[in-house]
Parts: sequence; structure tokens; C-alpha cells
Amino acid sequence: MAELKGWRDIPIGGMILEAGNAVQYPTGTWRAFRPVFGEAKCIHCFTCWLYCPDSSILVDPENEKMLGFDLEHCKGCGICAAVCPVNAKVQREAGETVERDDPRLCIRMVEEGKFQE
Amino acid sequence: MSKFEALTGNDAVATAMRQINPDVVAAYPITPQTSTVQKFSEFVADGLVDTEFVTVESEHSAMSACVGAAAAGARVMTATSANGLALMWEIVYIAASNRLPIVMSLVNRALSAPINIHCDHSDVMGMRDSGWIILFSENAQEAYDNFIQAVRIAEHPDVLLPVAVCQDGFITSHGMERVEIYDDDEVKAFVGEYRPQWSILDIDHPKTYGPLDFYDYYYEHKRQQVEAMENALRVIQEVAEEFNRKFNRTYGLFEAYRLDDAEVAVVVVNSTAGTAKAVVDQLRAEGLRVGLLKPRVFRPFPAKELVDALRHLKAVAVMDRAISFGSMNNASPLFLELAAAMTLHGVQIPMADYVFGLGGRDILPREIESVYRDMLRTAETGQVERMVTYLSVRE
Repeated sequence: MAELKGWRDIPIGGMILEAGNAVQYPTGTWRAFRPVFGEAKCIHCFTCWLYCPDSSILVDPENEKMLGFDLEHCKGCGICAAVCPVNAKVQREAGETVERDDPRLCIRMVEEGKFQE
Repeated sequence: MSKFEALTGNDAVATAMRQINPDVVAAYPITPQTSTVQKFSEFVADGLVDTEFVTVESEHSAMSACVGAAAAGARVMTATSANGLALMWEIVYIAASNRLPIVMSLVNRALSAPINIHCDHSDVMGMRDSGWIILFSENAQEAYDNFIQAVRIAEHPDVLLPVAVCQDGFITSHGMERVEIYDDDEVKAFVGEYRPQWSILDIDHPKTYGPLDFYDYYYEHKRQQVEAMENALRVIQEVAEEFNRKFNRTYGLFEAYRLDDAEVAVVVVNSTAGTAKAVVDQLRAEGLRVGLLKPRVFRPFPAKELVDALRHLKAVAVMDRAISFGSMNNASPLFLELAAAMTLHGVQIPMADYVFGLGGRDILPREIESVYRDMLRTAETGQVERMVTYLSVRE
């Protein structure tokens, strides 16, 4: 952690005068659920990339590929899994309620405590 | 050239707003403030100002709109009273903490319940720890003058805090008086152009207002607000000196009336100070050495200056139109703070608190006279008969 500054050396009112510095804040430590790829293949539709509130979907724009998750900043909100159209298809075909960490999904949300490499 | 007009306190403030021509005004009607923004809306409709006038659905939204506009770099104003201020509450603190120089006309009225639309100071006394600068005005002229000065105080780079300019509901806000209105161009020249340092509309320099601020920096930002309040005491006096030179006035942190050679004094803010001056003159004619101190600046509290102005007296009464319920002896806010200031500056003078006029109860010269006579007795005996008196409440 950077050395903390005194009150004379910081902008007033909590203002942030430097654009885009949220990247310096490792919000990944807040995460209780981790996004993990499951068995269903990603179709690289970029819907998760579009919806992620923390710009934590890693993509290769030239080859139009979704690569994975930026776990330094992902807070584990699960919006990527909720909007994933492949997840919706798995859910429908299963004909039953599918738990969010079900291995059949494309993007699974796994409890950090239960996660294993 | 200035000219004299017959104006109510609210019309005087609306006139100041017209002359200042702010970028944004957001307000919601509430008695007794309403006629201020009603008058100002006429100026907008008549094309006399360029102001974006935002008619919102509540005071919470009014202050929120002010915060957003001020962060965008606009010169922003609003007006409210009592329960309207109470509904703004959350955003009142945010305005101060985000360091936004908003100017508010606060027309003092009793807070509910029971519901009451008349004057007391329970509204403003509730906001005394919110981080706003608070100015009091005896009459329409002072409300007008304070409102013009408030812009300069709020926007000063060493301050950047919102300012509430108080006047008494109905007594001042709706009473018609002779008010000297200065030339439009002179007022515009005095307030000058507002040049915000950190506008969120400056897209070449993106910035964030009001982000999450935890245990690592929140405290430092509060310390900055303390510094701004300390600077405000100096800036208020500098702005007043310039204003006095330009418009031939005598503003300072407070007004001392026949105080220099007085033995006892009353300390009271807003319109009652005017009534008290008449009582002082009457008692002086009897040869009694009485005086008056009328604080103009309540936040920041000019403790040392007030103590120095009062230290020669033999007894001091504070008259306050509010109660701090549950405080020491259920006294009033101004009394408690002034008593603390006197004691901590080593001045031990008998002091008594007189609560009066709650919910618009009339305060008569003979009642103020009774306070002076109590203090003259105290000056002789050195004894305070009661620390707190609820003046003219029926037993």
C-alpha cells in the first residue's frame, strides 16, 4: 500500500482529480463469489464484457475473443453470469433450477471458500 | 446610483439574486420562504436573469440539484425554511463536505410538531454542525447585504463552503421596509465572475466528486473542512471591509450597540436585536448603562472576538429563539457556546439564558426590558437568579 498523505496534500472534499485511477484500487479483495468457466463453451458474444460494472472481463479485441476475468478487480457481483446467453440455454435445457456454481454452465459463480484450482 | 425601495425581506433577497444572476436556482416552495423564489421566478420569466430555474418535487431534490450544479461549476442558490431544511438534511451535509459554494436564503421558522409556520430558530440551530457558514440578519437591508457578501465568502478559494443567510420568518421576510438597493452593475462588479477550479463539465480534465472515502482518508477531508472554517473567519471580515468601503456599511463579525461603556448587555441575533436597540435607548435615557451585542456570524463561531467585546461587563444575558433539548439545563445553543467561550477564555461574568419567541410568540419591548433589569440586579449582587428562563411562557 502506498504511503498515506496528510490532509494538506490531498484534493479537498474527497475529489479525485486523476482520471481512470480506479484501476489502482484492487477491489478483487471484496469478492465472495468467483466467476469461473464451466463446461458450456463461451460463444464470445461480449455480453458479459458490455455489462461488467468493473471492466473486469478480459478480452482480445483483435480476434474478438473473451479471455477470462480480471480477478484483481472483479468484485464477484455475478452480473456476467446473469446476462450470459449460454447460461440461459443451459438453464432451459436442464428443465430444472440450475445452481449458480453448476459445472454445466458457461460462467459459474463459485463461493471463494469452495474454489479449487 | 443606489435607490431606496420599499421591500419585504424576501423581495430584498430576490432582488440580490436578480442582480447576482446565478447560473442555477433550485428550490421548492415552503412558507415563509416561498415569496423569495416566487419573485425570482418572475425575474426568470421576464428574462431579467439567465438563470436555469429548476422547480423540483421536494427540498431533498432542491439541494441535490444544487449539489450537482455546483459540482458542474455553476454559481448556485436556493431558499428554504424549517421543515424544508429538514428534508434537505442529508444533502446539506453533502454540500458542505463536497466543498460546494452554494448560497441559501434560510427564512427562519419553527420546526414541526405541532405544525407552525412562524418564526423561531430551531431550523438553523439544527444545521450548526453541518459545515455551513451561517450569517444572521436583523432586517431586510442586512439580509440583502449578507446575501451579496455570501457569494464572495462561499466562493473564496480558501473557503469553498456553502453559506446560509438567515432572516426571521414573517417578521423580516414579509415585513415591508426601506431598503437601499445598489446599482446592478456595482453588485455584479462586487460579486464578480465565478471561476470554479474543479468543474465536472471540464471534460479535458475528468474528475470525480463524492467517491467512497473510508478510514484511510475520510478523517483528513474533515480536517480540511476545519481549516476552511478557520479561513472563513478571516475571509468574512475581508469581504465585509471591501463591502463596507464600496457600499458605505459597517459589517463585521457582530454589531456592538452602546456596548463600550455598558455594565450589562443582551446578546441576541436577527430581528429581535432591532427591538432590543429601542429598549437600550429607553433604558439609557433613564441613565442605566446597558448595551447590546448582535452576532452576525454564527458559523464559524468568533469566540475570541465575542469574549473580547463582552469581557468588561458585569452581567450578560443571551436571548435565543431555540432550545437545545436535553442539553445542560435545557438551555439554548447560543448561550451554551458563548458561556463555554467566556469560561475557556478565562472570563468569569455572571451569565443567564433567556429562551423566547418559540413558534413566533411575540417578543415585546417590556419583556426585553425585564431581561435588562434582571441583569442589572445580577450586576449588583453578582448572583444569577436562574440560569435558564423561558421568557413569557404561561405557567
